Amino acid sequence: MAAIYSLYIINKSGGLIFYKDYGSAGRMDTNDSLRLASLWHSMHAISQQLSPVSGCMGIELLQADTFDLHCFQSLTGTKFFVVCEPGTPHMEGLLKHIYELYTDYVLKNPFYEMEMPIRCELFDVNLAQAVQKDRVALLGR
Amino acid sequence: MAPVAPRSGDAIFASVERVNAELFTLTYGAMVRQLLTDLEEVEEVNNQLDQMGYNIGVRLVDEFLAKSNVSRCVDFKETAEVIAKVGFKMFLGVTASVSNWDAEGTTCSIILEDNPLVDFVELPDTCQGLYYCNILSGVIRGALEMVSMKTEVTWLRDMLRGDDAFELQVKLLKQVPEEYPYKDDE
Repeated sequence: MAAIYSLYIINKSGGLIFYKDYGSAGRMDTNDSLRLASLWHSMHAISQQLSPVSGCMGIELLQADTFDLHCFQSLTGTKFFVVCEPGTPHMEGLLKHIYELYTDYVLKNPFYEMEMPIRCELFDVNLAQAVQKDRVALLGR
Repeated sequence: MAPVAPRSGDAIFASVERVNAELFTLTYGAMVRQLLTDLEEVEEVNNQLDQMGYNIGVRLVDEFLAKSNVSRCVDFKETAEVIAKVGFKMFLGVTASVSNWDAEGTTCSIILEDNPLVDFVELPDTCQGLYYCNILSGVIRGALEMVSMKTEVTWLRDMLRGDDAFELQVKLLKQVPEEYPYKDDE
């Protein structure tokens, strides 16, 4: 049973550039995932304006009864967010690791066009390893 | 989770995979020579190097942010320091220094005593207008643009032209923060 349900990466304009789902629950088609990504992008932007304190960087964690959503935004505006089981630990660490995988296997690929959907096999392979390692670490506890 | 402390340029430089420095110098030299052959005009080559640097910079900045864990810089002064101390160290293995701040704090000079790109290089008379290291100015410009800063980067001193150091002038033109889709007046 997967602790992580799905992973999204959105570019600085709110377009979905990567989507992967890991569970049979909550699987959605391309249009739905695109729509969800732009919704999240807008909500993230609005949350920064809603903040009573200036300098807010946006939503980092959304907790619901059946899932948690962890979001990491790089200083360049790219957002990485993961939908997982409530209470799944170490998601921030995983997101940071996925950011590093992105900078390596996506950005350093000269044939990858910036802001476009990610179609890099090396990224997929390494991402699967990272998620698998995380899953194993969780089960081992 | 407690915020991770930023890593020093030395620490990151020590942890990445390294390649023979001469291979790097030779590769860069071959690239400049080829550009000179293809484009013939020294000014065109300068522009092309800057453009190549820009394309590198827009991708390099995320790598820099991921590896160094720097948090958002408070002002442009901090940005320049971070570029000089962490950025240059991490990618070129050299430490640069920042000086010559203007009154508003929007223009400064980054000075490089040492530059691996120009090892063994001498400019011939036919290439006197060439900024051999112009790729560096493009890299800085591209990287800063991805973090919402529009800058102009020019060379003030160039060792290949007889000066005693490499000096890059970085001028902050404007900060362009993210455009939010929802505003009060709409």
